[in-house]
Amino acid sequence: MDFILIILASGVATGTVLLYATVGEAFSERSGILNLGVEGMMLIGAMTAYKVSAATNNPWLGLLVAMFAAGAISQVHAFITITLQSDQVVSGLALNFLAIGISLVLGEGLTSLRDVVPSLPSFSIPVLVQIPILGRIFFTNQSVMVYLGFIFVPLAWYYINRTRPGLHLRAVGEYPAAADTLGIGVYSLRYFYVFVGGLLAGLGGATISLSISPGWFGALTTAGQGWIAIGLVIFAQWNPVRAAFGAYTFGALRRLVLDIQGPATLLGFANPFFYNPHNAFFLKMIPFAFTIVVLVIGSREANRKRIGTPSALGLPYIRGQRGL
Amino acid sequence: MNQEKLSTETEIVVRMSGVSKRFPGVLANDQVDFDLRKGEVHALLGENGAGKSTLMNVLAGMYRADGGTITVHDQLVDFGSPREAIEAGIGMVHQHFMLVPSQSVTENILLGLDEPRFRMHLPQYNRKIEQMAEQYGLHVDPAARIWQLTVGEQQRVEILKMLYRGADVLIMDEPTAVLAPSEIDELFNTLRSMTAQGKSIVFISHKLHEVMDISDRVTVLQKGAVTSSGVPTADVTRADLARMMVGREVVFRIDKKDVEIGDVVLSVEGLKADNEKGLPALRGVDLNVHAGEIVGLAGVAGNGQSELSETLAGLREALDGKVMVHGEDVTNKSVKSGIRQGISLVPADRTLVGTAPNLSVTDNVIMKNYDQSPIGHGWMVNSTEAGNYATELKDDYDIMVPTIDTSVRLLSGGNLQKVILAREISSDPKLMIAVQPTRGLDVGAIEGVQKLLLEQRESGAAILLISEELEELLSLSDRIYVIYEGEIMGEVLDGDIDKIGQMMTGTRLEQIDTQGDA
Ligand SMILES: Nc1ncnc2c1ncn2[C@@H]1O[C@H](COP(=O)(O)OP(=O)(O)OP(=O)(O)O)[C@@H](O)[C@H]1O
Ligand SMILES: [Mg+2]
Repeated sequence: MDFILIILASGVATGTVLLYATVGEAFSERSGILNLGVEGMMLIGAMTAYKVSAATNNPWLGLLVAMFAAGAISQVHAFITITLQSDQVVSGLALNFLAIGISLVLGEGLTSLRDVVPSLPSFSIPVLVQIPILGRIFFTNQSVMVYLGFIFVPLAWYYINRTRPGLHLRAVGEYPAAADTLGIGVYSLRYFYVFVGGLLAGLGGATISLSISPGWFGALTTAGQGWIAIGLVIFAQWNPVRAAFGAYTFGALRRLVLDIQGPATLLGFANPFFYNPHNAFFLKMIPFAFTIVVLVIGSREANRKRIGTPSALGLPYIRGQRGL
Repeated sequence: MNQEKLSTETEIVVRMSGVSKRFPGVLANDQVDFDLRKGEVHALLGENGAGKSTLMNVLAGMYRADGGTITVHDQLVDFGSPREAIEAGIGMVHQHFMLVPSQSVTENILLGLDEPRFRMHLPQYNRKIEQMAEQYGLHVDPAARIWQLTVGEQQRVEILKMLYRGADVLIMDEPTAVLAPSEIDELFNTLRSMTAQGKSIVFISHKLHEVMDISDRVTVLQKGAVTSSGVPTADVTRADLARMMVGREVVFRIDKKDVEIGDVVLSVEGLKADNEKGLPALRGVDLNVHAGEIVGLAGVAGNGQSELSETLAGLREALDGKVMVHGEDVTNKSVKSGIRQGISLVPADRTLVGTAPNLSVTDNVIMKNYDQSPIGHGWMVNSTEAGNYATELKDDYDIMVPTIDTSVRLLSGGNLQKVILAREISSDPKLMIAVQPTRGLDVGAIEGVQKLLLEQRESGAAILLISEELEELLSLSDRIYVIYEGEIMGEVLDGDIDKIGQMMTGTRLEQIDTQGDA
């Protein structure tokens, strides 16, 4: 029981990283722009946060600068896809390589700073911590970023579905020509939401390096979580609440895969994964394989219900073009 | 009342003078003068590609004119965007609706407005919109999502959207092309109630009887230039209008030669199929078409016509029943094998099903015979041969296009339909399924398409003509089936309109006959 609670609690912590990145990508895609550079933007965020935090001794400042750094690099993608109207897949992949490259170069030497750099605080929430089981999973000694995530998700949902700017966001991703004829700035909104996607990917990256698993380990810092986030967006059907659910589940899965290698016995049997390097490779694959399964299920469901995929996702908008 | 409206003292709301607009390779508007009076319906007529939509897009702020001036209420304006036009009181209902399918009616209407500031108080606005809808007789549920609405209802939402923004000039670009006859009557009532309340309307249509019916004045464009300006509708006849548009006499009567009827080409028995939503669309359709025969299929849109055409062409799965062509079972065979059997389809949706919009005219016309000599050459396509072939078709079918390399998305409706017909007819079909082949076409182009269909009939093809235009069905078809909710209600040989009308609303032929006997 304890083992399960620990995995779930640390799943919520790890999942928080995915949560920010996934909701960020959902914002970008809702406006019609697919950004495959999430992994790179997260890495930029993780590196910047760590570096600034090391230099200033202020992790909050690190967090803020990290968000804007990732937001800034996202604008490269915005320019290429919105203004130059180039292919979003190609540009996203290129952004990824660019951002990873920059992070690795600027992150040179950060690894050795371990234990010197201040992290973001973790604490328990009074009262709530006493709720049986849920208190242990969600409110005991979690990072401040986890708690911010709890507040962020309903706000994001409300923004998209119940506010005027949210309405405009959805319109721009569904039918940009309609939005344009009503005076909504399609281009500027798309730039803005690609930026929001960058901010949140940067936040996700900073959450790793300043809180969830503090430190800088090069490309291993994010270890492919950006790609999982892109998959989760589809599973989440561009909905922040579903994204949170998916992110926490995946976080737990990632933890399970790591932690299961610890105990020598499992449910009274010898643990086949106990310090077995070959099986460890297999285990590491599981979250990614699961992503594919979830993707297939998620997109089938979305198709059937005719909801989800913003209709103009991936398409450049050109005013006066016949057809759309 | 009409006389009063037409008096020259009436206030001029919009005046366009010398407006020109050029696209690469075409002068779409050439020094056009156009004026609109308060409380009138002003019809804009012209052949496909004459520049009607372009002119109105300029007025609505979608395009900027290359020359000329526009005044609204005697104020000089120069709209940089549709929003500026709407603020000046000019709203346009486009040929393609500008509605976000996944959003509700109210959300679509509120889109782009400054109010509400942040939170959407939807129930409150639902009520407001309901009231406005009542005022103009535009009935629609404000909470419904756009994709759940019929085309007619969607159009009402478009009109409401403009009225909500306080538009007093409403431009309607071919509003009736997508409507069923009863919906057209409702639209006309709405338009009349709007003009009675002081709004002005620009009405674009290819259907001359509608123009005669609804408009106060008519302006005609030909190849981008005005040929008749603001003529009172009361002073002209339908034939006059046709002549003004095309520049020659148009024959409304078609002369149909006697053709000997041959063997059964298409026979359909008990055909069943579902629509996209998985609901039954065809519930056991039986029909047959012989060589040398045009068989009409009448019915109100959405009663299974499009599903039937798709199932016959192999684009949709038949769940039950049999489709035979020349005695061979082709049920659920591939489209390719259908093409080899000589089945050809002129689909209702020209831009998504009928053509590949971004490809050139050449690529679009060789889509069926790209793999046959001389165009197909092993696994390669001989582009010189393809080009020659396309040029030949362009000349034969009189397709107006700058070059054969132009992408078809830039073609006007009539020319696009000619591209499809050229491809389908040149494949020498045994069975031709034509769905709404003349929708959105001008009278001249309609005449051309109908002639092509009759020629096919004379050369012994079997033609299934699916249309919502009763007049067209009656003049072209040898017999007419009527479809209602996925079932054939009966077959009419003598073109009895009363019977067809009753069957279109769900009465079976047998029932009509027994009523007649009683
Ligand atoms: N965006 C565009 N780019 C290039 N050419 C265009 C564009 N829009 C229209 N045209 C061309 O301008 C001419 C006028 O087109 P327009 O759509 O105004 O005709 P229309 O009178 O509305 O015809 P229809 O009755 O078929 O709707 C046509 O030759 C058309 O091909
Ligand atoms: Mg037009």
